[in-house]
Amino acid sequence: MEAAIIPNPKSKDSNAQILLMGLRRGGKSSICKVVFHNMQPLDTLYLESTTKPTNEQFSSLIDLSVMELPGQLNYFEPNYDSERLFSSVGALVYVIDSQDEYLNALTNLSMIIDFAYRVNPKINIEVLIHKVDGLSEDYRMDAQQDIMQRTGDELLDLGLEGVSVSFYLTSIFDHSIYEAFSRIVQRLIPDLPSLEHMLDNLVQHSNIDKVFLFDVNSKIYVATDSSPVDIQTYEVCAEFIDITIDLDDLYIENEKKNPNKKNGRVVEDNNDETKELKSISHLSNGSTLYLKQMIRGLALVALIRNETFDNEYIDHSQDSNDNIANTTISDSEKSLTIIDYNVNLFKESLMKMWSSYKYSNNI
Amino acid sequence: MSQSSRKKLLLMGRSGSGKSSMRSIIFSNYSAFDTRRLGATIDVELSHLRFLGNMSLTLWDCGGQDVFMDNYFTNQKDHIFKMVQVLIHVFDVESKSINKDIEIFIKSLTNLQKYSPDAKIFVLLHKMDLVQIDKRQELFNIMMEKLQKISNPYQFKLIGFPTSIWDESLYKAWSQIVCSLIPNINLFNNNLIKFNSILDAEEIILFEKTTFLVISSTASIKQQQLQQQKLLNGGGTQNGQQQNGEQQEETQDNSLDLDPKRFEKISNIIKTYKQSISKLRTNFNNLIIRGSNGTNFYIDILTENMFIMIILKNKNEIESDSGFKINQNEELLVLDNIRSARKWFEKIENSK
Repeated sequence: MEAAIIPNPKSKDSNAQILLMGLRRGGKSSICKVVFHNMQPLDTLYLESTTKPTNEQFSSLIDLSVMELPGQLNYFEPNYDSERLFSSVGALVYVIDSQDEYLNALTNLSMIIDFAYRVNPKINIEVLIHKVDGLSEDYRMDAQQDIMQRTGDELLDLGLEGVSVSFYLTSIFDHSIYEAFSRIVQRLIPDLPSLEHMLDNLVQHSNIDKVFLFDVNSKIYVATDSSPVDIQTYEVCAEFIDITIDLDDLYIENEKKNPNKKNGRVVEDNNDETKELKSISHLSNGSTLYLKQMIRGLALVALIRNETFDNEYIDHSQDSNDNIANTTISDSEKSLTIIDYNVNLFKESLMKMWSSYKYSNNI
Repeated sequence: MSQSSRKKLLLMGRSGSGKSSMRSIIFSNYSAFDTRRLGATIDVELSHLRFLGNMSLTLWDCGGQDVFMDNYFTNQKDHIFKMVQVLIHVFDVESKSINKDIEIFIKSLTNLQKYSPDAKIFVLLHKMDLVQIDKRQELFNIMMEKLQKISNPYQFKLIGFPTSIWDESLYKAWSQIVCSLIPNINLFNNNLIKFNSILDAEEIILFEKTTFLVISSTASIKQQQLQQQKLLNGGGTQNGQQQNGEQQEETQDNSLDLDPKRFEKISNIIKTYKQSISKLRTNFNNLIIRGSNGTNFYIDILTENMFIMIILKNKNEIESDSGFKINQNEELLVLDNIRSARKWFEKIENSK
């Protein structure tokens, strides 16, 4: 009887599914609300305790669904169809409250891993050491060490040495939760290597410092080039999306705005006929932020760091009259044009990639 | 001359009403979240701010504890209330002892009348976010009526704003407060209208650079002109208005459809952007957005102290068959227009 409360995952077989688990009050619903619903972190204080599994549909480059399970359920009662649940899941995300006593959580975790791994050996196991905003810098490292050590020991006792478990330090009050989710989602995208390769190509040929492929609604990045991710660059790029969209929304006429105020962004994204959003901002240290809308609610955001940019820009402003008269385009504009061209190529190949992905899935 | 361009602003209100938080957000780039770190202000904290180049504001942030307050009205009263240009009185909407709040307001009005009778009075009903949305306007009206009645015997006209640090209402209030101090606002307005007649933009907005408060915008100028015209009974239209008369009415209609809070929202958004890129230890020169439905946004430096924002609509669709290159050139054209406009506005700024 009770098994019925777990929704049937089979109906959306093609979806990569993420299962969000953890003890009660670990912060699972807050994570969902903040990442997928743009809720303010402080407002999550007033969330009710979750009583039944909830499903988030999340359609990005691939269709994802995130299922959140209530913490207080016991999955090892025989009438749960846990086997079916775990067999269809791509990633299992376990949330540990780092501000609380976590020994119980670790026992619970190893039991779940034990079960899930036997049912589905391909499952990715990710552990979020959550709520680290309340811990001091040193203590975070200690906590992570301790949790990794103990999990390793428990798994060893259970005879599961081959299981790889990834750990992330997260908090909803900064961007670490997005970073962690980005990594988790990336591991589920089948053609990530070719995406990254494409982005690498783009970076090499266009003077780009760093490029992200963002999901606009959740600020999760689906892919980035292979240079290391600097969390500050990520934050700036993510916020640049918000700013662009907010400004753009202000001048959409009221009639259009009101009916789909809530899902305005989604509607905008699905509608391929509307003009693509694009924004460019020159910074005073010579860098440029560049955003261009891609397919399926994705946006490409790049940080172009070019020392000569700034000088060109100022030079251009000084003798602008002559320049315009001869319709010569300055160097900064030229390299932007090159980037535009390259980004368009990237978009085309992204569309090709996606259609072949869709095709193969239908068969 | 330097004497006259120095403005004294008094920021008063009882302790905990949010005075220092406001000041930090508007003038020191704090985020609303950061203001929790602020402690109580001891006595008076002076801050000198340069605004639009040669206008300098001295903001007297007066600590609101009773001990200090009593002191202001007795020993220090000539020191505090002399040469005041603007009084900004902050009321906490959640305050338990409204009578005490009003009592203090009356005291400062009495002193102002004695020492600087020409001062402008602004009243901010602060922490509005703590009131339910449907009750805010009603509460505000009641409170303002009451305060106006109280201040009638002192012959001050009150201007009130509901504010909260958690939304854009704060920017609206401060933008109007600061604009009331700019002496040659009409020159700016006239030039802005002239510039718009060249660009034929949907809207042009001028911002102050460091605070991003709105100085002037084509929509608000038109509103003022329309009101003036009504006063003149529409009889003799002046030269300047005759030229763009038709356009004015068109855009007037358009701007009615737009979000009435958009200026404050833009201030807020750009402020967030500035904070965001300060992580890269830099600032921004310009921002160009090609919107999803044909609206183009250009934000660029205008003078040393001002930013300009131009919103153009639907220009590209006409030229869309020839595509890419024309867009690029149009972008350059607009940027170049801005550059040419710089000369005018710099002149006005320096003429003070």
